[in-house]
Amino acid sequence: MTPTLQLFLVISAALFSIGLLAALSRRHAIFILIGIEMMLAAANLNFIAFWRFNSQSQPPTGVMIAIFSIAIAAAEAAVGLALVIAVYRHYRTTNVDHLNQLKG
Amino acid sequence: MVGLISALIMVPLVGALALFTAPARNARPIALLFNALAALDALVLWQHFDIRAAGLQLIERHTWIPAIGAEYLLGIDGLSLLLVLLTSLIIPFAFLAQRMDRGFCALMLIMQSALYGTFTAQNFILWFLFYEMSLIPAFLLIKIWGGENRDRAATKFFLYTFLGSVAMLLGFLGIYLARGSFDFATLAGLGKNGLLRGNLAWLAFAGIFLGLAVKVPLFPFHTWLPDAYESAPTGVAMVLTGALSKMGVYGFVRLLLPLFPNEIRILGPWLLALAICSIVFAPLAAWAQSDLKRMVAYLSVNHLGYCMLGLFAVAALPVGAAIDTQAALSGVFMQIFNHGITAAALFYLVGLLEQRRGLRGIGDFGGLMQRTPLLCGWMSVAMFSSLGLPGLNGFIGEFLIFKGSFATAASFTAIAVIGLLVTAIVFMRAMQALFSGPLAESCSVFPDLLPREKIAIIPMTLLMFAIGVAPQFMFNIFNTTVVHMARLLA
Amino acid sequence: MSRWIIDHLWLIPAVPFAASLVILSLPNGRQKSAAVLAVAGQIAALVLSFLAFLPTLQTPGFRAVQNFNWFTFGDHALRLGWLLDPLAVVMLMMVTLVGLCIFVFSTGYMAGDKNFARFFAYLSFFSGAMLGLVISNSLLLLFICWELVGLASYLLIGFWIERPSAAAAAKKAFVTTRIGDLGFFLGLLWLYGRSGTLLFYDGGNGCLESAGLAMLGASATFIALLIFCGAVGKSGQFPLHVWLPDAMEGPTPVSALIHAATMVAAGVFLVARVYPVFSLGAINGITSSLTVVVWIGVTTALMAALIAIAQADIKRILAYSTVSQLGLMMVSLGVGGVAAGIMHLLAHGFFKALLFLGAGSVIHGCQGEQDIRKMGGLRRLMPISFLTYAIGMMALSGVPLFFSGGWTKEEILHVTAHWPVSRLPYYFLLVGVVLTALYMTRQIIYVFFGDRRAASDHAHESPRVMTTPLIALATCAIFFSIVLTPAWPWLHDYLTGTAARVELVRLIQPTLFLSLILVGAGLALGIWMYRKAGVQERQRPADTDPLEFAQPQLFRFLENKMWIDEVYARTIIAFSWMSARLSDWMDRHFWDRLVRGFGAIGQLLGIFTTNIDERGINAGVDETTVGTRGLGRLMSAAHSGQIQTYLSVIAIGALALLLFYAWLA
Repeated sequence: MTPTLQLFLVISAALFSIGLLAALSRRHAIFILIGIEMMLAAANLNFIAFWRFNSQSQPPTGVMIAIFSIAIAAAEAAVGLALVIAVYRHYRTTNVDHLNQLKG
Repeated sequence: MVGLISALIMVPLVGALALFTAPARNARPIALLFNALAALDALVLWQHFDIRAAGLQLIERHTWIPAIGAEYLLGIDGLSLLLVLLTSLIIPFAFLAQRMDRGFCALMLIMQSALYGTFTAQNFILWFLFYEMSLIPAFLLIKIWGGENRDRAATKFFLYTFLGSVAMLLGFLGIYLARGSFDFATLAGLGKNGLLRGNLAWLAFAGIFLGLAVKVPLFPFHTWLPDAYESAPTGVAMVLTGALSKMGVYGFVRLLLPLFPNEIRILGPWLLALAICSIVFAPLAAWAQSDLKRMVAYLSVNHLGYCMLGLFAVAALPVGAAIDTQAALSGVFMQIFNHGITAAALFYLVGLLEQRRGLRGIGDFGGLMQRTPLLCGWMSVAMFSSLGLPGLNGFIGEFLIFKGSFATAASFTAIAVIGLLVTAIVFMRAMQALFSGPLAESCSVFPDLLPREKIAIIPMTLLMFAIGVAPQFMFNIFNTTVVHMARLLA
Repeated sequence: MSRWIIDHLWLIPAVPFAASLVILSLPNGRQKSAAVLAVAGQIAALVLSFLAFLPTLQTPGFRAVQNFNWFTFGDHALRLGWLLDPLAVVMLMMVTLVGLCIFVFSTGYMAGDKNFARFFAYLSFFSGAMLGLVISNSLLLLFICWELVGLASYLLIGFWIERPSAAAAAKKAFVTTRIGDLGFFLGLLWLYGRSGTLLFYDGGNGCLESAGLAMLGASATFIALLIFCGAVGKSGQFPLHVWLPDAMEGPTPVSALIHAATMVAAGVFLVARVYPVFSLGAINGITSSLTVVVWIGVTTALMAALIAIAQADIKRILAYSTVSQLGLMMVSLGVGGVAAGIMHLLAHGFFKALLFLGAGSVIHGCQGEQDIRKMGGLRRLMPISFLTYAIGMMALSGVPLFFSGGWTKEEILHVTAHWPVSRLPYYFLLVGVVLTALYMTRQIIYVFFGDRRAASDHAHESPRVMTTPLIALATCAIFFSIVLTPAWPWLHDYLTGTAARVELVRLIQPTLFLSLILVGAGLALGIWMYRKAGVQERQRPADTDPLEFAQPQLFRFLENKMWIDEVYARTIIAFSWMSARLSDWMDRHFWDRLVRGFGAIGQLLGIFTTNIDERGINAGVDETTVGTRGLGRLMSAAHSGQIQTYLSVIAIGALALLLFYAWLA
């Protein structure tokens, strides 16, 4: 079985779906963050896959975007975790069901 | 001497302001001082007035709001001068009538200024401004310093006259839209050939007539008057009857007669009938009053009814000889002045009785002649003047009015003499109740006229005698104007 | 000299006016100076009147006028003026002479009154007004003085101001005469309108001269009748006579002045003065206005004479006799005997003043008692009063030959007998003559004859100051007849402007004998009827009048003045008062309510527009608001604040979009 673009895209879609599901259904903020990271990873995978299966030889743009994305994801994770900690300090909980201050 | 009239209007206003720079207890002397200044101004005005010239004199004309035809236009003819002199006489007299605090004095001065303005303005907008300006101080004076029922009376007075004013304003707007002028003289010139056409003419006539009839007041628009005069403090009642009611008559002479000769001619008998109702029913109602102020108030309606009779008789019916028109107009002008001083004097004297007794019912006194002969004597003079006894001022005006109206409206005039009779009955009844009989217990400690009261009342009564015996000096003021107006009406 | 007095005729009324003013301005309590001033003023007026009398003797029908401009209205002058002619002069003489006697009498009668000075001020004013009236050459000036006379009578009748009845009588006098005055006023206006002038004589342009009269035309009748209304009021003619008897409430000298010299004379004088208007267009001496005058006069004369028979008050009897005599004068004027009427007016002025002052003297002597039934036997106690009173009574009754009243009354009968319209007035006047003699006899018997009764016990003769005027007036009443006799009808010819001649033959006339018989009959009837008055007699108690005993109902009817006052009170006065109440009620409850009704319409309009606002316009806006809010609530419900919900919605949306694109592709 040769790896094809479709395979990667399927994997990537599955990964994105799992991440989305985690982000939507988990109650704990940390898990939501993890879900988000997973969706990012799926996106990175797409970048690399599209780059790899491009027929022309090109500069490694896909990889570079993925590396950027990973760096940003890291930063994002740090900000996200900091927010979680701030929220926890404020509300004494990280259960997002209770964090409904945005309601209209 | 340009600016005399403006000065006349300004002096009381300045006085009203000046009151607030001095201690409150000096309010009345200061007000009287400014009255003296205004009176002086009026005398200078008289001095500069050319009694032989017809038409307006000492005109002051400045553009004001050209877009709507409003001009600052002041000027006097004989009638205006007469009323200016009357105002200058009545207001100080009213100031002497009672105690008053600073606000009271200030409002009186504002009213005085408005009166001067009304009698000298020759452009409708300006005139209307002054006309309304007099209303507000009067309202406040009744409302704040009045007797019992003052709220109701003040509101009634205000709404009644204000509604009339609104009707008049609408009427004048109609005229302005049709003819494009607010100038009295211009409009009067147009009036001869019909100022307006069709329904608009009737609407404008009705509006202005209503406004003026309420002010005079003409039966049946008079019901505000007894309430207002009854509740008003003495000084205010004096000004209301002595000067303010003259604004209505003045308006009739200045506006309605020249502007709507055709309409008046068509409605003639009906207008005369209204005047007759004023003349007959008002003193009958006065007869039935027990409150002295109300009684005098109703008699005011009656006396102004004579003015209306004279005016309608010359304007409404096929014009008689010049002598009759002139007699009626002269009579009306005399009556305006005479009623001013006589009615004011009567209110003043009733006020004196009220100050002494605390009440003013006709049955609250008795036998005063034994206790206060001077007060009774001078009061009798005022009463006889009011009932038109020859030798006193009232007779001259009434005689001329009757003379003038008899020629054109004999039957109406014949009915109107009933008014003379009933007036006599009213005063006879009052004199009998107040002056004669045994001295009432409650009146046994009354002081007779005090010196300051003598200062106020004696000049007024002497003036009544002077006009009654040798009235020529009064006629000199307005004779030329009368001739001029009679020619316009013919 | 004659020029001077014509130019200064105004001084005659001015002097008493001035005296009045000075007295009023005197400090209270200067009684003596007040009396001196008033009497001096009257003497001055008398002297001036006499001076004015002299020039009129020069030519028969003398007339001098002096007009002046009172004021100018518009460009027309209103002129007044004074007039000197025989009519004015005889009135001047009578008013000043009688007035002087009354003034002097009053100094005694009113002595001790606390308002003594004021009394003399009013008295002088009264006299001045009357003097001004008689010299007026303008109907307007006459009217002015006429009203001033009315004012003076008002003040004097109500002089004892603390008495309610005096105040009521004064009011009644003023109002009643004013009713007539208003007619007069209208007549004056009418005359002014037609003739354009109110001057009587103005060098051919006056309203009583032919040119002026010609302008009156047919309206002359109405003008004359309206002017006559004034005379009816002032001279106490039926139906306006009711004030005169009540005027007795004033002090007695005032009654004398009102009834003799001033007030009531004014009406007769007025008719005589404007006689040309009355007689304008007369055919055979008859005009409709004069006919009315005659019938009013006859009615008054007879009615008052009847009422006088049943009165008990000494002054009221005299009052009704005045009314009756004034009726007589009116008849005389109406039938054309102007001179006779005026002569009777003058004679009446003297003897009626005499009678009133005599009555005053009697009342003074009886400590204020006025009821004749309580007097009696005063003949011996008050001899001077009695004698002078008797002379006055003879003159009033019309005893011929020696008393002035007899001659004038006879002349009136004479002219009335020749009235072409009807003989009835003549017969009625004859009855009146008998009645006059009757009631005067009754009065004099009650007062001076018989036994003394309650009030006469302490009676005493009055002081000299009061009896002297009585004697003077009595002398006048007798000697005045010298100029009245038909043998030498000086006064008659003086008034009519012809030269007098002596003709003794004319003394003998049928009417002379007739009146002699009638007066004698009246006196005899009176003596017979009242010989036992005040005395117990068979079934009749002492205090019952013989007539009352014989005819109680008739007596009651007359005693109550034919119930005319009561009829007026129930009809005219009640009606007036009702209309006054009605006017007041209408004002409060109809006109005011009408206005308030209009106000209520405004209020209703307000309520209506409020409703439109609230229910119509506002409702729409409100509904929109509510809807918006509901929608907002709905929308805000979606914003649960659950971040995951939001995210799911985004995801679903994205998915849907994806599917949509897929479907599109």
